[in-house]
Amino acid sequence: MTAEVQNNDDAPSAIGKFFKSIGLLRESPIAVFGLALILFWVILAILAPVLPLYDPNAPLEPFKFPLSEARDGGLYWLGTDHKGRDILSRVIFGAQQVLIWATMATLVAYIVGMLMGVVAGYLGGWWDEVISFVSNVLLSFPVIVLYIIIITYLGATGFNIVLAVTFASAPGIMRIVRGLVLDLRTRDYIFAAQTRGESSIYIMLVELLPNARGPLIVDACLRLGYTTITIAMLGYLGLGLPPPDPDWGKMIAETQPLGSFAGHMAIVPAAAISSLVLGFNLLADGLREISMRD
Amino acid sequence: MEQTPILECRNLCISYDTRGGEIPAVIDFNLKVMPGQGVGIVGESGCGKSTVALAIMQYLGSNGYIKSGEIFFHGRDMRTMSEEELRALRGSKIAMIYQEPMASLNPSMKIGDQLAEVPLYHEDVTRSEAMSRALELLEAVKLPDPKRIMNSYPHQISGGQQQRVVIAMALLSKPDLLLLDEPTTALDVTVERGIVELVKEISAEFGTSMIYISHNLGLILDTCDRVTVMYSGEAVEDGTVNEVFDAMKHPYTSGLFASIPLPGADKNERPLVPIPGQLPLPHQRPKGCFFGPRCAFFTDGVCNTDKVDMRPVPGDEGHRVRCARFEEIDWSEGDHEAVTVKSVKSGKIVLDVKNMKKYYEIRSSSIFAMIRGDAVKTVKANENINFNAREAETVAIVGESGCGKSTFAKVLMGLEEATDGEVILNGEDLAHVSVQKRKARTVGHLQMVFQNPFDTLNPSHSVGSQIARVIRKFGVEKEPEKVREKVNELLDLVKLPRDFAHRRPRQLSGGQKQRIGIARAFAGNPAVVVADEPVSALDVSVQAAVTGLLTEIQNDLRSTLLFISHDLSVVRYLSDRVVVMYLGHIVEQGTTDEVFSPPYHPYTEALLSAVPIADTSVEQKQIILKGDIPSAVNPPPGCPFQTRCPRKIGSICETEMPPVKELSPGHTILCHLEDDELNAMEPVIVMHDEEKTASAS
Amino acid sequence: MLILASRRFLSMALIMVIVSFTLFAIFESDKLAVAGKVLGPYSNTEQRELWLEQNGYNEPFLERYITWVGNALTGDFGYSIQYKSPVSEVLWPRLGNTAILAGLYMLFMIPLSLTLGVIAGMKEGSVQDRVVSVGSVLTTSVPEFASATFFSAIFVFWLGWLPGTSAMTSGFSWAEIFLPVFVLVMYGFGYTTRMTRASMAEVMTSHYIRTAVLKGIPYRRVIMRHALRNALIAPFTVIILQLNWLLSGVIVVEVFFAYKGFGKLLLDAALFGDIFVIEACTLVAVFVAVFSQFISDIGYTLLNPRIRFT
Repeated sequence: MTAEVQNNDDAPSAIGKFFKSIGLLRESPIAVFGLALILFWVILAILAPVLPLYDPNAPLEPFKFPLSEARDGGLYWLGTDHKGRDILSRVIFGAQQVLIWATMATLVAYIVGMLMGVVAGYLGGWWDEVISFVSNVLLSFPVIVLYIIIITYLGATGFNIVLAVTFASAPGIMRIVRGLVLDLRTRDYIFAAQTRGESSIYIMLVELLPNARGPLIVDACLRLGYTTITIAMLGYLGLGLPPPDPDWGKMIAETQPLGSFAGHMAIVPAAAISSLVLGFNLLADGLREISMRD
Repeated sequence: MEQTPILECRNLCISYDTRGGEIPAVIDFNLKVMPGQGVGIVGESGCGKSTVALAIMQYLGSNGYIKSGEIFFHGRDMRTMSEEELRALRGSKIAMIYQEPMASLNPSMKIGDQLAEVPLYHEDVTRSEAMSRALELLEAVKLPDPKRIMNSYPHQISGGQQQRVVIAMALLSKPDLLLLDEPTTALDVTVERGIVELVKEISAEFGTSMIYISHNLGLILDTCDRVTVMYSGEAVEDGTVNEVFDAMKHPYTSGLFASIPLPGADKNERPLVPIPGQLPLPHQRPKGCFFGPRCAFFTDGVCNTDKVDMRPVPGDEGHRVRCARFEEIDWSEGDHEAVTVKSVKSGKIVLDVKNMKKYYEIRSSSIFAMIRGDAVKTVKANENINFNAREAETVAIVGESGCGKSTFAKVLMGLEEATDGEVILNGEDLAHVSVQKRKARTVGHLQMVFQNPFDTLNPSHSVGSQIARVIRKFGVEKEPEKVREKVNELLDLVKLPRDFAHRRPRQLSGGQKQRIGIARAFAGNPAVVVADEPVSALDVSVQAAVTGLLTEIQNDLRSTLLFISHDLSVVRYLSDRVVVMYLGHIVEQGTTDEVFSPPYHPYTEALLSAVPIADTSVEQKQIILKGDIPSAVNPPPGCPFQTRCPRKIGSICETEMPPVKELSPGHTILCHLEDDELNAMEPVIVMHDEEKTASAS
Repeated sequence: MLILASRRFLSMALIMVIVSFTLFAIFESDKLAVAGKVLGPYSNTEQRELWLEQNGYNEPFLERYITWVGNALTGDFGYSIQYKSPVSEVLWPRLGNTAILAGLYMLFMIPLSLTLGVIAGMKEGSVQDRVVSVGSVLTTSVPEFASATFFSAIFVFWLGWLPGTSAMTSGFSWAEIFLPVFVLVMYGFGYTTRMTRASMAEVMTSHYIRTAVLKGIPYRRVIMRHALRNALIAPFTVIILQLNWLLSGVIVVEVFFAYKGFGKLLLDAALFGDIFVIEACTLVAVFVAVFSQFISDIGYTLLNPRIRFT
């Protein structure tokens, strides 16, 4: 995110660097597997509009089991739900929703948390006191209470979910960044930048943040997984995005009572969530292992 | 007469398994330690000396292993011992003392308990016996108030005291062999001296054999009977200390001695000679002699064909050398490229510091302190700093940790504001002008070279972009084309290839990074360059080259160099004038000759006596300071040095701040001593060799 | 020590004041809306104003806040709109049920994760380490509502061993509490395990462990006396702070298994708009969270002599 700010004397190598880091991933089969899981869902989500899928919200034939034949001669690969909607289609469109909002929410939370952390860590003093105290107050809320209050008070929209995730995650991100910055700011190159009269903003954005990226990338992966869970959980609890768009959590909530005879309706979205989160967690784990080795 | 050695390593090869394959860390290593003997292993970082120690302890981690060869302890091969036998040996027959005393002690266990474990698990004693033994040993290592220390946690005592605790722990079971792995590297010089004396005394008293591992030749000379010089995983020379120090037969050993500043060296008359090139990485070792590519006596077809073996020097079976050509080498032939420095006349005063004071306030957040009303404490980091520096002059600021030299640098650079006084650079008072408020030119005129090469460059940006930033920032050049040109010029200046501009800092060696740091400091044609321990983190053979480069550029540009250091040998070698600091005060200043010869300030005298000197012809007076450096938060009343001063007169030292005495124009000391006492002082460092004395003075 | 405790206590109180004030401002600054919620959507403005008058809502905001806090401190949280009874009557039994759930969770999770973490961290890169690490990543990737779905499908619908709901209509039942606790432990143990593993692995590579080994004391004692004490400091804080996000899992599990606990009460109140219950539940939840942080800080200091004596 901050890579663009640095001096571009070696810009041509940026693409090469990207490929090199992909190549680095090969050293950890765990990371590759995680990335594959994530890409699987990302590609499906991107291709959703062009794939031969039923309308995810259209009531077709209710209570069809996986692989049953449809009236129009098609196939319900994963069956249909109690309202007759095609489960495969709902899972894929649901992936779109969850990926978009999880990424947005994590990104916003990261920008806010990172800025707070770098300011608190580098400038210290009153900045640190105030930012740390606000973070402590926010951290003292159990996250779910924070979500419930924000969403019941402001309403369940995508924007509010982003807001709620930011409130819940930014303090944690701030703590990590602050810790990293407190360590980095004692380095001689920061001292060197100070002695040549660089502004605090330059030092924070160009000298400090790029060097914190290693642990932050790992943390961001974990947080993406956790935000995915959060968004699905809000859907499950009835606090998620308003209907009719498909939502993995809501799919489970709606069909859970039917588990005794139509278990697949809840199991499919549950497996979808778990696999995507697993992807993020494995990627994070693999990345951490790679970064520890060097 | 033939005794069994305590320890013998035969043809020892140690390797580490990494993802890149097997990496040989130690190759074909032989060592014999006789009872009561002290054997030194000396070498630069990465030469495998610590690996040898860990192999002797049979503690190589999960990926290290002894590939071949044997280690005999009292004639038994340690490799055939069971885990339980090894356990019984460790800590009781073989004990080790480590580099980082703080990290080596368990932070959540009381020191008494940690000590008592040794007898409890090696001897059949009760807990109370073990505790009283621990207490005895704490007394034996001369720790003040051992009862209190028994009940303390490691973080509650100072670094020097921690190391004494580790020594006590090692000696508790009266081991036959003591391994010391850089035991004083993390400590201040005067504290180091105390520890080294203790080790010598105790090994003499207990008759313990020692293996002393160090990069510091001076310490080896001080503590050992025999020495093994290692280079890139191999022993290259092995013999008695006198043989190796005075009649070395390996080009690396002689290169090492030529590159360290000895009392006889002088930057104008006997310059240091660096070893060219750098240590090869383990997987890039050349064929034949590993030192070949850096050796001045390299001969194609002889040195780069077969593996070179250790051979005894004819007529001296105990002295062995791993060099194919040592018999042929003519040592008088000075084939190395010497760092020659022209003698430069200093000019007008560039920097003038007058009565500068820097106080910090630290707030104690405890409620009791607030109630008592002393929540705010003043730390006097710098007190009455007065000195000046002239154009093209090198002024050294010497002192140990907590002496205030870093604070002084911060004030100078404008990162902190002075509490009082003036700092005048070219007629402009900067004492109260923070760096952001200084003009770009002024900032460019006052630059710094930093201590830690691994920290000095930002790992996220290329070398070129970092130099370019400085050039633009100081307003030297603006246009991209000109900036690039200037980057190239600066790389030329520090003798690095131009394509280094595209490299990332992690692709550079420590010495190369430090050269970039120098290039950066000289980008704005500085009037004053502050160098904060610029070479102390580098390997000995690289130090000379970087030091030489720094002074050469400084001379050419006629910049003033403020050289901050704790290493008196380097200071003596390259500075024109010396400022000695202790606990925020300047205790002595004068020209290098004045400071290094009597009369001294008692602290200067102790410092001089503490510096390890790797020269057999030098005799040093022994002055061992008691205790540790007091904290700047709680400085002693009266003279700052009174708590450790061996020449303390009496109560006046404890109550009154000593006056600044001018012994001769420009040579001042801060001391209560009367003139006759000062004049009666004898030189600390005496050279026996007539010839050397002559050339040094 | 006492100083530290009292300072932490003060900051805890300060956080509670800020939180309660924010909460009160969010839910009760708009008086008419409060009356509307209480009297229902069909009440007219006059009725609402009368109600406000009768219930002291026309006092200044700050005064109302102080009265509200005073009442809350004495256990009076107002009247639930949904349950038509005092909030406290609904709240305490529900809190008790959740305490049972959380208590059982801790009882199983703590020993499990500490043991696994220590075993894995003792030898980094060994087989047991790999198994534990991968296993804990797998389980932390399956959120409670997903694993509850899977385990219900297996144990309830397929094998028929356990009941699918845990309403406890005929008193406490071990069979009914099993799945909720199991689901919570499955998701929750991984985090603490990984934390313990990392902490243990770091301690094992530290120099003081090398000192301990090279001083020749038995390996068992190296682990028990030197490694564990230092390795368990970090997990201790994590375990206590877990209470904070355990609540999310608790709500999910209570909803999934229809367990009558505190979490379900909060969620229902939020969905219904039962503001006094929301306020009460939030206050209790934040109090538990802040208090656990307090305990964790104090415990950390007690465990860590480096902080205790400075």
